[in-house]
Amino acid sequence: MAMKIRTLKRHVNESFKSLGRNGWMTFASVSAVTVSLLLVGLFLMVMFNLNKIAGDIESDVEVRVYLDQSITKTQQKTLEQELQKIPNVQSVRFQSKKEGLDSLLESLGNDKQSFTDLQKENPLPNAFILKTKKPEQTIGVANTVKDYQNVTDVRYGKGTVEKLFRFIRIARNVGIVLIIGLLFTSVFLIANTIKLTIVARRREIEIMKLVGATNAFVRWPYFIEGLVMGVLGSIIPVIVLMVVYRFAYYNLGGNLQQMFIRLIPYQTMTLNLSLLLIGIGALIGVWGSMNSVRKFLKI
Amino acid sequence: MEDVIVMQNVWKAYPNGVMALNGIDLSVKQGEFVYVVGPSGAGKSTFIKMIFRELKPTRGKIFINNKNIANLRERQVPYFRRKIGVVFQDFRLLPKLTVYENVAFALEVIEEHPRQIKRRVVEVLDLVGLKHKMRSFPDQLSGGEQQRVSIARSICNRPPVLIADEPTGNLDPETSWQIMEVFKRINEQGTTIVMATHNRDIVNKIRHRVVALEGGMIVRDEQEGDYGYEN
Ligand SMILES: Nc1ncnc2c1ncn2[C@@H]1O[C@H](COP(=O)(O)OP(=O)(O)O)[C@@H](O)[C@H]1O
Ligand SMILES: [Mg+2]
Repeated sequence: MAMKIRTLKRHVNESFKSLGRNGWMTFASVSAVTVSLLLVGLFLMVMFNLNKIAGDIESDVEVRVYLDQSITKTQQKTLEQELQKIPNVQSVRFQSKKEGLDSLLESLGNDKQSFTDLQKENPLPNAFILKTKKPEQTIGVANTVKDYQNVTDVRYGKGTVEKLFRFIRIARNVGIVLIIGLLFTSVFLIANTIKLTIVARRREIEIMKLVGATNAFVRWPYFIEGLVMGVLGSIIPVIVLMVVYRFAYYNLGGNLQQMFIRLIPYQTMTLNLSLLLIGIGALIGVWGSMNSVRKFLKI
Repeated sequence: MEDVIVMQNVWKAYPNGVMALNGIDLSVKQGEFVYVVGPSGAGKSTFIKMIFRELKPTRGKIFINNKNIANLRERQVPYFRRKIGVVFQDFRLLPKLTVYENVAFALEVIEEHPRQIKRRVVEVLDLVGLKHKMRSFPDQLSGGEQQRVSIARSICNRPPVLIADEPTGNLDPETSWQIMEVFKRINEQGTTIVMATHNRDIVNKIRHRVVALEGGMIVRDEQEGDYGYEN
């Protein structure tokens, strides 16, 4: 059943009245939500990026097999066939020393000029670039290939990825514990603020129930009150995180890019994070308020 | 006349084990005025609370307008309560609202139309003789006047049944008569009234049906009965 506009107006009115009446408690609750969401937001911002970076690196995992400078054409041909026969290898690609240098210079971007020495005398060897079927197969493949003839060196990024993933896992666990603690504190504070309102209006609720107001009708103002506190609490975090990410993305992002690391685009990040934070704020608020209303309705 | 309240073998045990009502059988006709009397602890308040569905019977059936409210669903209770007016010993008015607002409040929270509210509030305040005090606050009124406001509130939704638990319990004798005058007017409009009371004078002078409770049982049920206790 759709609510009458007049009724909705009344509920909104009632909730803002009591938000004002309990000014300090409202302020404390909103502040608690603000602090929590700020930390949640920062944490998510970092985690989302770390996850993306790890994913990028992971999907990029390849094994580089550097060749002896003195290898002959036939030996190279044989080696390529052997490499292709390894079960977990998906593809084998030859990269000449020239291509290797080009791609290195490419990735260095603007600083290319300072590496003119490299261009004069290319120190890079020829290489085969293997892609494995799954990222976790790189270690095995690398170990096998290491002992082949005419192979001087084998490189793969597995170690980095593994360390990164381990770091992400630890950071995530610590963060989650911290955040859950903070969120519960916020819920608790909001519940307490609402409880104050309710105690102050116990009489009113009692009479409402006496004359036949429905539970939903009694509940609405408190629902709105909680919602407003939660959403108010998400405003500052959203703004701060937009500014922080703008700074991080446009200043740090450039440097990171030279290390083959790409951050999540500014707009994607801020849009998703803002919606998420507002959503969490609303949820905290509503949860807190519904928690304290429940037991007062049993009249 | 139609039976508005019918109780069939109603028992009530409180969670602590006290048996407050022990097999009540009773029926009240539309438009009747019933006093419920008995010593303290006899079960009068429990009896009143049953009619209002503030309490559920442990056993038995309670029909209000032919509907068994013992198995009423929780979400239907508010709608049921709109058909019953209640008056208490402590008037239960909201101190920050005016007389007018206190009565209007009862209609607002059941989402009555604003235009209807205004008309009806003035009408019931007129009925209880307090139209001229519409803008006063409860603490500016005497106890009797406050009780009349609470009565106005209880009938503003035109309930067919009005129940009152010791409505004159906090009032001096003179004021109590005023309250009874108001009840008389409401009863004359066809509203059934069930009133738990300790007021011997009133019961003996304004004769109505008397149901006497003792130990949670009906020990006497007389038309035009008297109070029957020495207080
Ligand atoms: N909420 C309650 N919990 C337990 N026992 C109660 C409760 N209310 C009333 N009683 C007991 O039930 C009996 C009837 O009480 P009540 O209906 O209030 O009587 P009356 O209104 O006639 O004085 C008494 O023995 C009283 O102590
Ligand atoms: Mg009593």
